[in-house]
Amino acid sequence: MTLTIWQRLDKTGRNLAPFAVTVMLVLIGLVPVPMPGYAPVAPYLTAIAIYYWAIHRPDLMRPGTSFLIGLLQDLLTGGPLGVNALLLVMVHWTVMTQRRVLQASTFTMMWLGFALVMLGVACVQWLAFMALNATVLPFNPALFQALLTMACFPAVAWLLIRVHRAFLQG
Amino acid sequence: MLASIALMMVGKIDALSVDNARARVTDAFAPILDAISRPAATAAHVVESAVEVQNAFEENQRLKAENARLLQWKQAALRLEAENISLRSLLKATPEPTSTYITARVIAAPGSSFLRTLVVTAGRRDGVRKGQAAIAGAGLVGRVVEVGEWSARILLLTDINARIPVVLERSRQRAVMAGDNSDQTKLLYLPPDAAIQAGERVVTSGHGGQFPPGLPVGVVASVGERGVRVQPNVDLARVEHLQLVDFNLPGTETDPSHESK
Repeated sequence: MTLTIWQRLDKTGRNLAPFAVTVMLVLIGLVPVPMPGYAPVAPYLTAIAIYYWAIHRPDLMRPGTSFLIGLLQDLLTGGPLGVNALLLVMVHWTVMTQRRVLQASTFTMMWLGFALVMLGVACVQWLAFMALNATVLPFNPALFQALLTMACFPAVAWLLIRVHRAFLQG
Repeated sequence: MLASIALMMVGKIDALSVDNARARVTDAFAPILDAISRPAATAAHVVESAVEVQNAFEENQRLKAENARLLQWKQAALRLEAENISLRSLLKATPEPTSTYITARVIAAPGSSFLRTLVVTAGRRDGVRKGQAAIAGAGLVGRVVEVGEWSARILLLTDINARIPVVLERSRQRAVMAGDNSDQTKLLYLPPDAAIQAGERVVTSGHGGQFPPGLPVGVVASVGERGVRVQPNVDLARVEHLQLVDFNLPGTETDPSHESK
């Protein structure tokens, strides 16, 4: 069976959805929120998206894609190059090793898994910034960011499930 | 994963081309960031105006009192200005170079635990240059670290990489103000016997030639075991618009004659 050009375009468009949604989350993470004390603990939304897509559609969210999104985030946030890329590739890689368990498990288990991944992310981020700035930095902001990201997980995951169902099923 | 570590190395070594790449990408995304930051700002305004309506009466009283006080100050300032002009004409002092202001809107503030930067909607074609001071309302906010064609990045005072030469207004004690990613900044290189009191105003000293002297920065918040902490004048979490100032100081990075190199 051959596909017409429109069908192919449609399919490509749909397959781009995970990437597009994740980029959207990168941009949303950059919106200035006029709330004192918010910026340091703003949730790391991109990690949620990478985690979700790596579990459900690893064919559309490859390590390379995670790396590119991380790189984009590095460039846009103005931070040292490569930190977000490293974190997202790490999330992706962790999911890959545990994918079978995570895919078969319930939502609560997935959430728990994400909490563990996010703690790892917080530690690596903290270490990376300490190494790059060659100083000792407090761990608390990274920890609170991780906690807030964990709290945001159900809401963002719900959104991703909706996108998943709308564009990539059937 | 190795690639990202390699990138970190590259970013450390070849900072210039990384800066350029970053400015390009920020430029490309600036229109989108601009568009999505508007509804967020509107929502914040709605919430804020609801709160303000509640306090309108008290606020009005307070502002009336403040206005009366400021009018007295205005008289004093006018008198001093006139006196200054006449004294300068007596001394044949060279006039200070005039500053140019560029007003820009904040379109992005990355939520990150270890970075304090802003992206604004003004770039090279608006006259923004690297090293210019960014001020908002009551004082200094940061400085321009990266310039694109129509966007620029500001490094806030509170970022861990920010270092600003300052002087304490009353004791004339010089220091370097450094950010540590918290809401307050700290003063470095103070002599141990420096008599500093909380509440003293902190202004730029003009050393290093980046900023002109006397630009208000903040107020000493506490003096104690953990060093001298400074509370910036501007609430950095709420900056919506800011002014990029070219002070036209001779021989600085912002000097146009250096730009041609």
